[in-house]
Amino acid sequence: MLNNVKCLVYGYGNPGRQDDGLGVELALRIENDEYLRKYVDVDYNYQLNIEDALTISEYDLVIFADAALNINKSYELTKIQPAHTITFTTHELSAESILALCQDLYNKKPESYILAIRGYEWEMGLPMTSKAKRNLDDAYIFLTGFIEKHFSRCMAGKGI
Amino acid sequence: MARKITIEPVTRVEGHGKVTIQLDPQNNVLDSRFHIVEFRGFERFVQGRPYWEAPVLVQRLCGICPVSHHLAAAKAMDVIVGVGPDGLTPTAEKMRRLMHYGQMFQSHALHFFHLVSPDLLFGVDADPAIRNVIGVALKFPDLAVQGVMMRKFGQEIIRATAGKKIHGTGAIPGGINKNLSIEERDEFLKGPDPMNIKKMIEWSVAAVNLFKDYHKNHKDFIDGFAAFPSNHLSLVRKDGALDLYHGVLRAVDADGKKILNDVDYQDYLRYVGEEVRSWSYMKFPYLKSLGKKDGWYRVGPLARLNTADFIPTPLAQKEFEEFKAYTNGKPNNMSMHMHWARLIELLHSAEMIEQLLNDPDLQGDKLVAKGTKVKEGVGLIEAPRGTLFHHYRINDNDQIEMANLIVSTTNNNEPMNRAVNWVAVNQISGKKEITEGMLNAVEVAIRAYDPCLSCATHAIGKMPLEVTLVDAEGNVVDQKRK
Repeated sequence: MLNNVKCLVYGYGNPGRQDDGLGVELALRIENDEYLRKYVDVDYNYQLNIEDALTISEYDLVIFADAALNINKSYELTKIQPAHTITFTTHELSAESILALCQDLYNKKPESYILAIRGYEWEMGLPMTSKAKRNLDDAYIFLTGFIEKHFSRCMAGKGI
Repeated sequence: MARKITIEPVTRVEGHGKVTIQLDPQNNVLDSRFHIVEFRGFERFVQGRPYWEAPVLVQRLCGICPVSHHLAAAKAMDVIVGVGPDGLTPTAEKMRRLMHYGQMFQSHALHFFHLVSPDLLFGVDADPAIRNVIGVALKFPDLAVQGVMMRKFGQEIIRATAGKKIHGTGAIPGGINKNLSIEERDEFLKGPDPMNIKKMIEWSVAAVNLFKDYHKNHKDFIDGFAAFPSNHLSLVRKDGALDLYHGVLRAVDADGKKILNDVDYQDYLRYVGEEVRSWSYMKFPYLKSLGKKDGWYRVGPLARLNTADFIPTPLAQKEFEEFKAYTNGKPNNMSMHMHWARLIELLHSAEMIEQLLNDPDLQGDKLVAKGTKVKEGVGLIEAPRGTLFHHYRINDNDQIEMANLIVSTTNNNEPMNRAVNWVAVNQISGKKEITEGMLNAVEVAIRAYDPCLSCATHAIGKMPLEVTLVDAEGNVVDQKRK
């Protein structure tokens, strides 16, 4: 936390399934980066779930990091808005739904983004592909700059 | 013109489900199939890995129920290290049970609040735009907060027993790697409201009552929807009690006759076969004694309450008696009663957690038992969605050379297909128009089983719900997304 602005990077995915672990890997990198940890908290899990609405309600800025299939660049940052989705299984809940739950249950709406990182292969037990690793590097550099810029703005009194 | 309706509710990288309903030119149902992509490659993946890694490796299978895989693999490895399923130290067994009941509690709570309560509170015909967990949060915020906190409580139990959120290492072959400190215990026993076990029990009772109230006013739907006779299979404790962690394998038929009489699950291959059908990646398990055609069975909460003789915790037992009385002691074959059974298990899990937290064995320091190693072991556990089989064989170098898994959703493959077919025949067949409500009904039938979708892959790139009408020549007649 810096200047009373609380920021969370939340990575999700399965590190045991090749590129599916990109979001978690990004979160782990930040967790191990003493410089970035001054600015942000980190959390990670296999996937999002309803209790994450409570978690993000305690932050002003949230960046969800996940692997992506269908983007045509190495990473992509998208601002998200609360939205509901309906599923037939408990095995899926979107970041937008978490944000909607947060808004409805806790009357909080942190500024939220999804940082999608392009992945390619999803087999069990195999290492992350080299292309995905390069994308992870790119996304990490980008996120570092994004967070710095964000907090510079905050310190200049322009809010988040 | 014959038509084919395809419902493609979700697509992950690895796991997705799809419903196909084939209609003739008069819109009568010719056939229906529920496809789901099963875990693939896991058995091959673990080959060559040291056996002691299995309890951690298997958590890669599922992000919602990694604990179930973790414990089933650990139980198989208990056999391999010569401890056997009954040879754990009291501390190890009770720590594992606490982990498992924490998992059951959070999973059942999640299912109820995420998938069931929207149907019960808004009705299955309600607009999907409100019939979801967000709609519940808007209209019934207190209930939704309860759902969040119950799920969180279960997750905290898991964290305290398994060590961490991802790839927990709590259970190891022959035991456990940590006990529960007094501070951890007291956090769950005496934590400020609502994060304590008393409040969790109180909310669990309220959840059961919510279902029963709904049932009173919607008997036709709850009792009739997707009801069909089936066999039921689960573990039960040796004395017939409901036991979600360990026991013997029991199956009953639709009338309650025992068709698998409390057998040792180490011998499961003598009793259970798996049929392959060309149109599905997922196998169709069956009891060998009854054959492929008649030997299919249900697993999960409904099956467990049908096989068990009693529940060894007082509040859940009281609910169990009411549940059994509803069918005059006979097996309950009503699919929507799966929700009722699940909530009784939710209550039982909360009571079990309280019992375990008050047991001083959790603070013991004998964590691991030792024995003489053997080459093969089977671990079974009652996962939230039903019986989960893990079977491993190792070689002289301690490497896994064979693994066979039958997951709960595979066990429920035929029942889920039957449920979808029930909807197709009873609510879609012969109708001139396919309505949103009919398609919702298909989802409701599937949701009762909460199929597991090899979900631990989680990349962005999902497809929305997609409904495609295709004529006999394969041309797309209509397509809907939601």
